[in-house]
Parts: sequence; C-alpha cells; structure tokens
Amino acid sequence: MENTEKIVDILKDVTGLDNVGNDKDQDLFASGILDSMATVEVLVTLQDDFGITVPVSEFDRSQWSTINKISDRVKELE
Amino acid sequence: MNNITPYSSPHYFIYLLVLLLPIIIGLLFGKRFRIYDFIATVIILVITFFGGNASQGISLIAYVLFEMIVVFSYLRYRKKKNNSFWVFTFAVVMAIVPLVFVKLDPLIKNATISLFAFMGISYLTFKSVEIIMEVRDGTIKEIKPTEFVRFLLFFPTITSGPIDRFRRFQKDVLNVPSRDEYLKLLKSGTDKLMLGLVYKFILGYFFGTLLLPKISILALSYAHQRPLGISWALVAYMYCYSMYLFFDFAGYSLFAVAISNFMGVKTPMNFRRPFQAVNIKDFWNRWHITLSFWFRDFIYMRLVFTMMKKKWIKNRITMANVGYVALFLIMGFWHGETWFYIVYGIFHACAMITNDAWLRFKKKHRKQIPSNRFTKYLAIFITFNVVCFSFLIFSGFLNTLWFS
Repeated sequence: MENTEKIVDILKDVTGLDNVGNDKDQDLFASGILDSMATVEVLVTLQDDFGITVPVSEFDRSQWSTINKISDRVKELE
Repeated sequence: MNNITPYSSPHYFIYLLVLLLPIIIGLLFGKRFRIYDFIATVIILVITFFGGNASQGISLIAYVLFEMIVVFSYLRYRKKKNNSFWVFTFAVVMAIVPLVFVKLDPLIKNATISLFAFMGISYLTFKSVEIIMEVRDGTIKEIKPTEFVRFLLFFPTITSGPIDRFRRFQKDVLNVPSRDEYLKLLKSGTDKLMLGLVYKFILGYFFGTLLLPKISILALSYAHQRPLGISWALVAYMYCYSMYLFFDFAGYSLFAVAISNFMGVKTPMNFRRPFQAVNIKDFWNRWHITLSFWFRDFIYMRLVFTMMKKKWIKNRITMANVGYVALFLIMGFWHGETWFYIVYGIFHACAMITNDAWLRFKKKHRKQIPSNRFTKYLAIFITFNVVCFSFLIFSGFLNTLWFS
C-alpha cells in the first residue's frame, strides 16, 4: 500500500496533475497522462527512489500501464 | 521471370494463397507444420528475391549471415560478461553498417556497394537492432539461430514491415490458437485483406496512378512562371500525393497484417486513422505506428533516459526537444541522403517542439482557451495540413520543381 502512495506522488510530481491517483486502474498511456518524456521521468525516479533497475525495454506498456500494475511490478523488482 | 514485389500483382496473391492453404488448414486443426512453414518461406523468398537475376537474393543471404554473426557474438558476450557500453555500441554499429552502406549508395555511386542492397534491408535491420538492444537490457536472454532467422525472414512483413518485436512475435509462433481464436483471426484477416485491396488497388491507384501524373505535369508547367513555382496545382499535388501515400502504404500494411493473421500471428497494425489526429504527436501515434514506436522506444526514450540519468541537460523541455531533433534527424537520414528527406525530418522535429510549447501554454491558460467541438475540428484541420505539407517535402517533388 505504501508503495502505491509513493508512486502516486511520483506521478503527481511528474505530470503536475492532482487527480492522478483517483483511479488506480486507469490506463496512464491511453488517457494521455504519460507521454514518452514523462514515462522516462517516472522510470528514472522509480530507480532512484526504490533502488530498482528497470531497463527501458522492460518497460512494456501493457505491464506498466496503471498505478496498480506499476506498484505490483515495483514490488517484484524490489 | 522477374522478382515479384510482395502484394504488388495478382500473381503474388495467387502464389501466396495457395502456399497459405496448408498452413490455414493446419491451424484450423490446431497444428503448426514447422517444416512446411519453412518451405513456404523459402518459396516466397525465392519468388521475391531470386526471380530476376539472383543478386538481391544473394545479398539477402549474406546480410542475414552477417547479422547472425553480430547478434550471436553479442549474445555470447552478454552471457559471460556484464554490460560494457562500448561493446554494445560496437554491436549496434556493426548491425547497421550494411544499411548505412546501402543508404549512402546514391551519394557515392559505387557499383560494388549497390550489390548489398535488397528490398527490405531497413526493416530487417530494425529487427536486428531491437534484438541487440533487448539483449543488452537482459529482456532477451536466450535466442536460437532458427528463431532469429524465422523472426527476421517472416515473409508477410519482410519488405516493408510492420516492424514486430521479437518477444511479441515469439509468443504468437510458439502458440497454436484455439479454433475459436483462429476463426476470429481468419475473419479479421479477411476483412483487412479486402480493405487493403480497396486502399491499394482502388484508392491508391486512383490518386497515385491516375491523378498524380496529370497534376504533376500541370504543376511543373508553372515552374518558371511563378516565384518558386507556387501554384494551385502544387497545392493539389500536395493533397493528392498525401492521399496516395496513405492509401498505398496503409493498403500494403493491411495485406501484411492480414497474411500474418492467416498464419496465426498478430502483427501490430501500422495505421490508425492518421488524418483524424488532433496534433502532431497524436499523428505519430497513428501513422506508420510500428516505425514511430521503434524510434520512440529505441532512440528517443533511451536518449532521454541517458540524458536524465547522467544529468547532461537539466531542463526537461530542452531535453525533450533535443530528443525530438535527434529522432527525426535520424528518421530523415534513414529515408535517404537527399535534402528533402532531411528537411522533412527537421520539419517534423520543429512541429513536435512547437506542439509541446503550445500544450504547455494551453495547460497554463486552461480557463481562457476554449475547448469544444469546433476547436477539435480546427485542430484536426491544422494537423492535417501540416502533415500534408510535410509529405510535399517528403515527395521530392519540390526538388524536381526547383532544380531540374
């Protein structure tokens, strides 16, 4: 749960949108919240904050497309 | 007999459908005949590359062997050692060397170099480079030579894409779809084949073969009469060429996806209503999608990632813009070493940068800027015209108009 909140904070910082965490199953790419630039920013921040390495090609858009999915993947990689 | 360009003539479709029949029947009964698949691939490749003089075919074989050496040497290295940036860079450079030579050919006009060329070398190179990148990232850990060759030489997409990804492709070829799934694939494949026929052989033919040459003659007649030869005929050429480009290429891509579907492979689509894009970024998510996503994932995102990690550039906006310029310049050079392809690349980089600036402005002034159905249509209209203008540059027609 804690992870999820941290991830929501990261997403809010990167996108500047306050309502990002409302729906944790919303598709972040399809809804246009994350573009390529924001995606990379999230990736780099995840690496720094969680100490995990996520290569760009591992960042499969279907596996990282919602807050809940990101949270699951981060837990796996931690 | 001559080489037959895939999907260009009725012969090709007849050969293709006959060859596909056993594959389709097999899949209907839940079987993949690996050996037959291989034989069918060889026959199609022979028709495509060995029909005339065999030089294209020999180049193809030499190319595949060369890429195998590069990819499998790198894979062996990666299994033993950790990641050296320089070894990785060397592998990527080696993988694109044949393509670079072929692309430089019109500039140096060397008869030996043009021997390396064959139809589709770009698309095979995209696939090889993708594999090297993913081997570096560790997302591809093991790959057999037969798998590599099957992926590279998958004949429905061999000459002009769509560009599939190795792991996605593997998932499909290792899987035999259930009969229900496969019947759905057959249906969607048939729909795509029909739509492709309408696109390429009716609309593409109408715009490209019937209309375009006439408009071209008219537009060229103004070459020395008007400043820069600008005329209404030139405007007509721009729209007509854009329509031709779309219907011809989208039609081809539909064939490639349809034939893949018949073989139980869900090759990604290349076009998604590109002329309904509301801005240029949206356009690139809809036009030649597998190419723009390849550039996004393997050039833009990697470059931005490195810039951010190594803190080369602090400002995020500058970083994004540097990324756009790099991406579209490389795309321009990839299209060919002529001024109009490079200008086309720069034009799109500028369009992306302007679009980002506008989106930032809009975000700041959300309350003042109206957003309704009218503004949406206006956005589509502006994007469409910007795109058509870029295609006019791309067409090389301005080169003919101004310099010859």
